[in-house]
Amino acid sequence: MAFVLPFEKPIVDLENKLQELRRFSETQNIDVSLEIERMQEKIRQTRKEIYSRLSPWQKVQVARHPQRPYPQDYVDHMSRTFYELHGDRLYADDRAIIGGFGYLGDEKVMYILTQKGRDTKSNLACNFGCPCPEGYRKALRLMKLAARFRLPIISLIDTPGAYPGVESEERHIAEAIAVNLFEAFQLPVPIVVVITGEGGSGGALGIGIGDRVLIMEHAYYSVISPEGCAAILWKDRAHADRAAEALKLTAQDLRELGIVDEIIPEPLGGAHAQPQEAKERVRECIQRHLSDLKKIAFDELLPQRYSRFRRMGVFYEKGRLIGASAPLREDPQRGR
Amino acid sequence: MRLFRRRRSTPTRPRKRDIPRGLWTKCPSCSELIFRRELENSLNVCPKCGHHFQLSREKRIELLTEPGSFREWDADLESADPLKFTGTVSYESKLKASISKTGFREAITGGEAVIGSHRVGFAVMDFSFLGASMGSVVGEKVTRLFERATGRRWPVVIVCASGGARMYEGMLSLMQMAKTSAAIAKHRAAGLAYIPILTHPTTAGVMASFATLGDVIIAEPGALIGFAGPRVIRETTQQELPEGFQRSEFLLKHGLLDMIVPRSEIKPTVIALLDFMRPAGTVPSEGRDA
Repeated sequence: MAFVLPFEKPIVDLENKLQELRRFSETQNIDVSLEIERMQEKIRQTRKEIYSRLSPWQKVQVARHPQRPYPQDYVDHMSRTFYELHGDRLYADDRAIIGGFGYLGDEKVMYILTQKGRDTKSNLACNFGCPCPEGYRKALRLMKLAARFRLPIISLIDTPGAYPGVESEERHIAEAIAVNLFEAFQLPVPIVVVITGEGGSGGALGIGIGDRVLIMEHAYYSVISPEGCAAILWKDRAHADRAAEALKLTAQDLRELGIVDEIIPEPLGGAHAQPQEAKERVRECIQRHLSDLKKIAFDELLPQRYSRFRRMGVFYEKGRLIGASAPLREDPQRGR
Repeated sequence: MRLFRRRRSTPTRPRKRDIPRGLWTKCPSCSELIFRRELENSLNVCPKCGHHFQLSREKRIELLTEPGSFREWDADLESADPLKFTGTVSYESKLKASISKTGFREAITGGEAVIGSHRVGFAVMDFSFLGASMGSVVGEKVTRLFERATGRRWPVVIVCASGGARMYEGMLSLMQMAKTSAAIAKHRAAGLAYIPILTHPTTAGVMASFATLGDVIIAEPGALIGFAGPRVIRETTQQELPEGFQRSEFLLKHGLLDMIVPRSEIKPTVIALLDFMRPAGTVPSEGRDA
């Protein structure tokens, strides 16, 4: 059964009416093709209207849609085969982050991706997409392997965040993420990162360092979950909508802040409405960026990666605003 | 007439985590009443049970570096409000309150210093400034500290404390984790040593970046150290937390820390460690006249 988001209800109502109309035409043997056409157009319009003005909180819900294509679905679309490589060689094989050899067109690449699972059983196996330290350490092992054999790395991310649990802490999740950040700046192969759904803070960043960071139109990437932020600021998770607004976590906000390089447009109604089209757009975008990156001289790649992240941040120095992109340059001079 | 009246609780009650004021201080660990002067003389460590209270930036600098050797860098960096963040109160007003409370412009003070005979890049984080959270300024200062230290071939010592990334700067604050880690990678590639000293509390985004990327990681006794906060873990997992969970001693046992060092012994320990971790090809020199 289709999962319906609250704000998608008008679309579903219209779709039900369309069904009725069809049934009516079949049982009564009356031609209502004109009405059907009109109804289909109305559905399209309504969907367009709703999806063109999604609030940040609504986007978070779209990003979490259970029928949204997951990273594995994109890999299945892009790569004719996928040789999964298991385990961190230290403790376990995390299922929330997986990786392995695959293809992008004809090119051999290393895929690193998160997994949430589609049903209760796989949800539990994947820890609902929340990686433990083993996941980050496996990812690092595979990224280093890719670097040894000059394979580009493609990282597809859809995670609520790193797992906040006792075992995670006992095996030092913070250290695992930190080491990945540190090492990612020394991997001499192109890295393309795509946030396909949820970009949950440090949990996403741990496999999110790249030469290009792309994001899907209705995905989000945030320093803290809207619920977590609401619990801190309003002492109530129910204010997640206000928090989502304040955090500037949408693809569009992140493009303005210079955090992401490109927004991958989603088909009308979101990736879950037309998964095949969404997958094709993601493939095209990754391929385009990867071929751009391959033109960069070998010894220029790491310096460029460094400066991509080095310039991030907005602050005042001697009263002058540094680092803001255009939309934020409202008060360049401010005396304190 | 009422003989007893309930005393109204004063709204200005000092927050527990603030540096103790008043003549007497009650130790939160052993409940001993300590004369404030005595506490100050013992580096804010409880003379009875050894509980480590927070220590101000000035005291930290005094404790760890040679007298008069510290010269601050980038003191004129100030936080902006790039998201125009509004929650229950604005980021701007939070910043103003922290600035007037601490007398500092941001949560970290860094610069150059001499420790023993070593010239170092040195910084201290201050939990009383917005929970020493890492926004653009903290990230930028830490990054510059490592970049300059790399250029001058100096080791780096940072006294860490933090509640994590600074939510009010959104994703710009998360990116500081990447930026600082990248600068540390260059510093290490140049063959230089870095010692983070973890103090109470050091958590989240700072732990998942520069606080855990040391060659040798030191912690003060009893410090809360971790990624997720204990309350979040309890709520998420509905699990009872083990005894001493996320404290220095727990992390030593679980293999994250190299050593736990009481406050009074940190300086000689750091000097000794730096003696062992001199960059290859350098001759030991007297730092102060270098």
